[in-house]
Amino acid sequence: MDNIVGKKSALTWAVHISMACLVALWLLPTFGLFVSSFRTSDQIVGSGWWSALSTQERQLPAIRVAGDEVEKDGRFVIEGRLFEATNADVSAWGTSSQAPTKYGPGETVDLGDGVSLTVQADGVYDLTGPVSFGDQRLPRIFSTAATPPEFTLDNYKSLLLDPKNVDGMGKAFFNTLTVTIPATIIPILVAAFAAYALAWMDFPGRALLIAAIVGLLVVPLQLALIPLLKLHLTLGIGKGYLGVWLAHTGFGLPLAIYLLRNYMVGLPRDIIECAKIDGATDFQIFMKIVLPLSFPALASFAIFQFLWTWNDLLVALVFLIDSSGETTVMTKQIVELLGTRGGNWEILATAAFVSIAVPLMVFFAMQKYLVRGLLAGSVK
Amino acid sequence: MNPALQGLITIIVGVGGCISYFYFSNLFLDKVLFPIRGTNAGKNISRANMIRPWLFLAPAIFAMGVYLAYPVFETFRLSLMQRVAGGGYEFVGLENYQKMLQEAKFWEALNNNLLWLLVVPAASTAFGLLAAQLSDRISWGNLAKSLIFMPMAISFVGAAVIWKLVYDTRGVDQEQIGILNAVWLHFSGGAISVLFLQIVPIVGLLGFAAASALVGLAVLRPMLAGRNLVAWAIPLRLGAAGAAVWLIWLSLRAALTLGFAALPYGEPQTWLTIPFWNSFFLMAVLVWIQTGFAMVILSAALRGVPEDTIEAAIVDGANPFQIFFKIKVPQIMGTIVVVWTTITIVVLKVFDIVYAMSNGQWETQVLANYMYDKLFRANDWGIGSASAMVIMLLVMPILIWNVYNARKEMR
Repeated sequence: MDNIVGKKSALTWAVHISMACLVALWLLPTFGLFVSSFRTSDQIVGSGWWSALSTQERQLPAIRVAGDEVEKDGRFVIEGRLFEATNADVSAWGTSSQAPTKYGPGETVDLGDGVSLTVQADGVYDLTGPVSFGDQRLPRIFSTAATPPEFTLDNYKSLLLDPKNVDGMGKAFFNTLTVTIPATIIPILVAAFAAYALAWMDFPGRALLIAAIVGLLVVPLQLALIPLLKLHLTLGIGKGYLGVWLAHTGFGLPLAIYLLRNYMVGLPRDIIECAKIDGATDFQIFMKIVLPLSFPALASFAIFQFLWTWNDLLVALVFLIDSSGETTVMTKQIVELLGTRGGNWEILATAAFVSIAVPLMVFFAMQKYLVRGLLAGSVK
Repeated sequence: MNPALQGLITIIVGVGGCISYFYFSNLFLDKVLFPIRGTNAGKNISRANMIRPWLFLAPAIFAMGVYLAYPVFETFRLSLMQRVAGGGYEFVGLENYQKMLQEAKFWEALNNNLLWLLVVPAASTAFGLLAAQLSDRISWGNLAKSLIFMPMAISFVGAAVIWKLVYDTRGVDQEQIGILNAVWLHFSGGAISVLFLQIVPIVGLLGFAAASALVGLAVLRPMLAGRNLVAWAIPLRLGAAGAAVWLIWLSLRAALTLGFAALPYGEPQTWLTIPFWNSFFLMAVLVWIQTGFAMVILSAALRGVPEDTIEAAIVDGANPFQIFFKIKVPQIMGTIVVVWTTITIVVLKVFDIVYAMSNGQWETQVLANYMYDKLFRANDWGIGSASAMVIMLLVMPILIWNVYNARKEMR
């Protein structure tokens, strides 16, 4: 557009750079969590995710010698490792907080009373003494070690596949799926019939109904919580899947009808009138002509409803999750982890990514329909 | 029963039930009730066509009635009731509202909500407009757009986790793993710190105050000039002017505190516990999510701006900024309003972010979370319903505006 008078805008570079900054700013938080979900807990605590690729050299918190005592050649020996990782590289160590870097790796230090301690470069230590250590306090080891970058899939394995893990997301994942699929499919059909009536049938009160739907579009969910919970309890539905499916269906309908009606109104009038002249009933026109032609709008709504039900927390909290916790969904599980595991970022990051992954895949695969739906759905 | 099996059965029953309902009710209408044969076949056709729309609409109307319309009235009724010991309810009039108004937490929530209402839509729309305009001019614009749009797919809870990592705090002697604290610790109180953390924000705040003043004046000018206005526009304009004055006061106060504050350089901050500012750290999450939405809609609107208006401006020697602010923005003003109101609705309902990140502690309460607290923690359905009605009241102007516009468009 700017080229029409034959000069290229001098701003081009500024545009490129500011756009790159904006994109980086928007991507950085997610990327940080993504990287963190592949790091071990030691690594996450040791350095920010932005230095995940560099070797960390840092002083580690004191570790008290512990382990089973073995008698060897008349001396008592306790052996152990400072770290679980085998590729650490101890550069210095000490036994008091005043001089945490006094000794080098491999050095044997006399601690008095004939007790000696050796720490190897890879973190293996052995403590030997002439008499049994019994119940006495064992010395602490302060160490400075370099740990090379380490990436692992263990976080995902333990969170998804380990059935004994109480923080596991496997069950919650399937619960979310169970909530989402019926709650996405059922409103589509109900809405499609209503949208057809509102778009192509003439009857008194049609304009009023459309206005009412536009109004219901913005009614806050919060108002529905108590009355519907009461209703569900009275009807005997209680808290459970049926309740949450019904609730999602009800809440999704206004947007569904609005989107589909706007799309159906735009379908060519000729086709529908020709079919009518040929003797097709409304039911046939709907099933054989309008429904297939409306596929893009149906897809847009399906994506909306899928993202909304998958990501929802409030409706699940109120209508689904009972005190047994058997029906917990992923969003609830994550909130729970935020409370109990606030500092364990390897768990939190992985849990969050398990729940984000599916919507992201849907998003990138069907972005076209999502954009189309947004453009049609914003009340003009 | 296995939930997955139950889900499958529900899908089959739901979809099958829907189709058979529509099929058989149509069949019943055409073949049994008003058969198209015999003496009054013609009359029967038109009769059947009178009823058929309602057959198509019935399930949807029923579901929306039960799940959306009925609760509005029922919540209103419940907000006037109180549970009595031993079961049952009694009518207490406006007592729930009175009790609610006396609670400090409610005012905190309302105050924060108003702040959210002003900041989040404004910031999201501004960023969205910027991203839309920039990405339309570069070759990798589509990629950039889909990356900025991506947070839309992320749940509020997921976003809360993502941003909690950004805001994470460790002790002074530990390595910081939250990026905000890591950046913060790079500032040490020198000239650069003062420039970036005090002077630039203060200039921004003063500029914001000036912009609010301009908008407020622009809104009031027709009234001051004594022009005849529609009756309902006067309270609207006064309200907008009041909001502008409030914004000016807030930004001036913030600029003053920032100007005289001795910033605690070198100490890692727990961002979510700093009063007043912590709300902004929570708002950042929603802005991050909603910018993509604003960008997509505004980008489509910008493409719809007629080329000849832009060409004419270029021929007249307008620079790119003038073209953007004087030619493009006025032409997409309608879309900007739509984006703004849509995000406003999202903000009014914001619950998950606050629930997951701070749960309303440290003065970050908002109405939706306050209501959830009342409902399911304090178990006070009266005040819970009353606060839900406050949310409804705040949504009401937008609801009326949308319905009004929809009716206008249909005519």
